[in-house]
Amino acid sequence: MESQINPRILAHSVSKSYKKLHVLQNVSFEAVPGEALALWGANGAGKTTLLKAILGLIEFEGQVLVNGCDVRRQGKLARTYIGYVPQEFVFYDMQVIEAMLFYARLKKIPASRIPPLLDRLELTEHAGKAVSALSGGLRQRLALAVALLADPPVLILDEPMANLDARARREYLAVMLGLRNEGKTILFASHRFEEVNYLANQLLVLVPGQPAEALDIDALRRRYLPELNLVLWIAEERRPAALSCLQSEGFHAHLNGRGTVVVTVAEERKMVPFEMLQACQIPVLNFEVEEVQAWN
Amino acid sequence: MELTLLWTIARRELREALHNKWLWFFAVGLAALGLALSQAGMSAAGYAGLGGFGRTAASLVNALLLFVPLIGLIVGAATVAGDRESGALLYLLAQPVSKAEVFFGKALGAALAVVAALGLGFGLAGMGLAFAGDTNTTAYLAMAGSVLLLALACLGLGFMISTLTRKAATASGAALILWLGLVFLGDLGLVGATLSLRPTPATLLSMLLLNPLQVFKLSAIYNLHSALDVLGPVGQYAVYHYGDRLPLVLTGLLLGWIVLSFATAYILFARKGDS
Repeated sequence: MESQINPRILAHSVSKSYKKLHVLQNVSFEAVPGEALALWGANGAGKTTLLKAILGLIEFEGQVLVNGCDVRRQGKLARTYIGYVPQEFVFYDMQVIEAMLFYARLKKIPASRIPPLLDRLELTEHAGKAVSALSGGLRQRLALAVALLADPPVLILDEPMANLDARARREYLAVMLGLRNEGKTILFASHRFEEVNYLANQLLVLVPGQPAEALDIDALRRRYLPELNLVLWIAEERRPAALSCLQSEGFHAHLNGRGTVVVTVAEERKMVPFEMLQACQIPVLNFEVEEVQAWN
Repeated sequence: MELTLLWTIARRELREALHNKWLWFFAVGLAALGLALSQAGMSAAGYAGLGGFGRTAASLVNALLLFVPLIGLIVGAATVAGDRESGALLYLLAQPVSKAEVFFGKALGAALAVVAALGLGFGLAGMGLAFAGDTNTTAYLAMAGSVLLLALACLGLGFMISTLTRKAATASGAALILWLGLVFLGDLGLVGATLSLRPTPATLLSMLLLNPLQVFKLSAIYNLHSALDVLGPVGQYAVYHYGDRLPLVLTGLLLGWIVLSFATAYILFARKGDS
């Protein structure tokens, strides 16, 4: 059944080439209110190029409408409906509050809108600090605060969590999910499965030189994440024995920089290393699971 | 183009440019040079027929020919390329602003910073000259005006370089090469062409006028002396050919350089954007 709601973002046959290199080939999709669309792909797959096209910043073939505005003919108007968050927030030599005021002026938003936003994103106590003094997580929250200044219906995020630690990433994802549930249309680039799995309800896979493909999460996992890394915390004196135990059964295992044992294993066999180590009487103190992307 | 947005960007750019320590180094250097020249009396100025303020100012012209293009080129080269390299340009263009507002906002901000630095330098130097009793206000202001035009023309050339490069260091390097070309190779090229081609004064004047630095030199010397005979047959030809219109022609040429350089830089910027 076709959607009855007007799409906030409509991309039709978007193609972009740099000389003979086809970066985007006939990319088409639409995203409606309350929808988060993930652009998944390796570096160089064209994610940022597609985002730039939607922002109306590059020439391309095809058509993109944001809230009904053609981004090529009405780029400036289209961008009033978009809040953009880059991978790494580059602010000038400003305090948090000065940066907010600068972008509020550009977006023609009254300064009275700033305090509630800082409050919502827990930045109020940092308002007087220099942006350069903020942690990566706080800086990205500030980027989100700037993006939300005009309360835009569309948020575009270019790998916003790429430089965040695990805790900051979880907090950021929770904020994003809240925004999606409020009805924002979110388009974000990512190459982290957990981000896509948590936030996206639509997924577009970009592979260099190939047409874009819409997939569901399970299909993505099967195709691009056939293996995972188990990171195992084992007592230091037992680590050599643990490696021997795992390698004797043909597992690819090694010690990483932190001294933990890393085992690469197929998704459906992830319990086997635990059973092996138990049989070898080597206790596992803790563990983490890391996705291994097909293109790594 | 919305002027409020343009001004918002210009103010931000002005603030950024004023943080450029080179700008203040140039301004203070200019002031110190003006004071030093006035105090030293410049007995070896090299310009026959000039005395008092004229001698000081003629020496200052030679120093300005080195300093001022460097200020414009370095500040201009740092603007777009630096923001492009850091990602700040993409972020700015992703806001509801047009490329024209971004470009001309940056240009206005950088121009105001250059004007502020030159104003400080010329102001302090002028005060020093006045205290030394070595002053001719009209000639000094005319020279300041020509300097300002030269600085803006070089700022435009710096913007051209900046729009064509992706890294601030590359842009600064290219700016220095262009500066060398304009300051030294331009002169050497003219000398070489004169010796090998033996051009007529008219042809030589045309070649001179292709270099904004030479245009400034002609304009500054004319303002000081109301004649260009110190430059030999070419100077005499310029005065003979253009007569009283010469200051206007020279000012027009400098204005032309400003318009041409900024227009070219904008076309390049509009085409390339943040890439």
